[in-house]
This record gives sequence, C-alpha cells and structure tokens, in this order.
Amino acid sequence: MRVGFLHSLIRKDEKLLIAELRRRSDVELVFLDDRRLVFDFRSVPDVDVVLERSINHSRAMHALRLFEGAGLDCVNRYEVSRRCGDKILTAASLRECGVPQPEARVAFTEESALEAIEELGYPVVLKPAVGSWGRLLSRINDRHAAETVLEHKAILGSYHHSIFFVQKYVEKGGRDIRAFVVGDDCVAAIYRSSEHWITNTARGGTASNFPVTSEIAELSLRAAAAMGGGVVAVDLLESGGELLVNEVNYTMEFRNSIEATGVNIPERIVSYVVSPDRAAVR
Amino acid sequence: MSVCPVCDAELAISDDPVEGELLECEECGVELEILALDPITLGEAPDAEEDWGE
Repeated sequence: MRVGFLHSLIRKDEKLLIAELRRRSDVELVFLDDRRLVFDFRSVPDVDVVLERSINHSRAMHALRLFEGAGLDCVNRYEVSRRCGDKILTAASLRECGVPQPEARVAFTEESALEAIEELGYPVVLKPAVGSWGRLLSRINDRHAAETVLEHKAILGSYHHSIFFVQKYVEKGGRDIRAFVVGDDCVAAIYRSSEHWITNTARGGTASNFPVTSEIAELSLRAAAAMGGGVVAVDLLESGGELLVNEVNYTMEFRNSIEATGVNIPERIVSYVVSPDRAAVR
Repeated sequence: MSVCPVCDAELAISDDPVEGELLECEECGVELEILALDPITLGEAPDAEEDWGE
C-alpha cells in the first residue's frame, strides 16, 4: 500500500508516525510536503491513501478537499477537518448531534458580542474560530475587559477576528481530559493539568494517564461521530458532575501522551489508516 | 553532527533524519528545520502562523 504523508514541518508526532509507517513492510511511504504541492484539479499523487499531518489548518483543509475531489481516500476526511478546524462549526455540529458542550454565543459586531457576553455572565472565554495550542484565548472577567478585548480584536485583527465566539467559562479544577479516538475506539485518555486556566500541554500543562471509562469513551465517540469520524482528540471538561465537549482536534498531537498512557498511539493510527476494513466502509 | 547556522554550535542529528524535521539548538535555543538530507542542511524554522495547530 502506498501511503501519502501530507505534511509541512515534521514534529516529534510526525516522526513517530513516519517510524511506524516505515516499520511496516507492506507500506510504501510517499512524502507530500504541502509547501511544494501544486494542484491542477485533476491529477493526484499516486497513492492509495493520504494521512494528513499538515501543521497549517488552511492548507490541510484545502488539500483534503482537492484530494478527495479527485477521488483519493484521506485520513482525516475533508469534512472532519472543516468541522474541527473552526470552533463555530464544531459547536454547531456538536449541537446538531446532541453532544453536551459549554454554553456559547456567536456574534458579528463588537456591540452584539458585548450583549452576548453580558447575557452569558462573567467570566467568559473569547476564542478565535480558527486557532490552536491555547493561543489568543481571552478569559474575560468583567465588562471593562470585554470592551477592551473586543475593540482590540475588531481593530487590530484580520476580518475573522470579528467573528466573535464566546463560551461561558467552565471552572474545571485545574485540569481537563483529552481523549484519543481512532475509528471506533477511544484508545487512551489523559488529564491535562495546570495552575493556569489554559491547560494545553503546548502552554505548559502536564499529561497524566486517565483510564478510559465507558462514559468517557461513549461521549468521545459521539463527539468524533459528530465531526465525521476518523482520528481525533476530544477535549472534555468536568463541570458539576457533568462532562462537556470543549473542542475536537483533527491533526491530534500525542507525543506527550504515549508514555503517560502506555498506549502506542502512532501504531493505532497507522493500523487504522492502512486497515482494509476502514477503506471498505468509506 | 551538523552545525547550527545561527550560533555555529555542533548539533547532533538523529539516525533517521527527514526533510522538514524540526530541531532545537541546545546552545542558542533557535528552532531549526532540516532543509536537505545529502548533505544535511539546516535553516531557521519558520515562525508560527495563525492557523498552525492540531
């Protein structure tokens, strides 16, 4: 099987996937560097499946659309990248599938965003629709901060920073849960803990094993299905005995979670990608 | 071994280098990218862009 590996920069996560792909005698690895690709809307690389690992969301999403349009099998699928890569589309998809999530509002002007924030009640979290690693998240505790942040985003940001996505702040006790879904299995989960309200490991949060419970597995699989399935990491918040889905990531990073969980996550991903069963049910 | 293009410190390269691979110079802390394999050529990695992530 020829596996196309769509990438730009190669991080440790990609190195682990490459090592796993190279370990398999029946896999021929074809590197597809998104910085060198040119699409003509007709021809596609000579591969059987594309494993998407681009660091740029916009490149990944468009490449997947063009690959799939030309008939290529991709992991993840374009639709999954579209829904996961935009937090507003994620929230809409979760809502349509009845998956619990923090209360949220979307507004398109500073004035309506301020109204939405005041209605939700402080504190709230203002998030860019597209973004990752906890960057540009604003926890807003009062009206003065809300007015300032909204003005800065509207004036200093590009147009999509004026598409305001506001979530009710969820007190999560210094940690959240990240669950790793591969196909029909929730293969592992971690606690991400931090003294900061942002618990992303990219921002200094630490990973520790969280044994997957049936409740976590069931909710994570529902969230993954709402995005269109595939290989995703589901971020969950524990709030007052309830579990809420906060975000779903489609080019999931797992390098800090292998040792913590004891699960060979890259092996599970590659097994899924090359599985004839997965390709058969596309 | 290779040499950091920023500070000239010696850098260890993995046994299985890949074009595009990120490295960090332990001496000056700069993030580097492997631009070519034969011979190993290093350059400064690009700055993070707004849509980078997972």
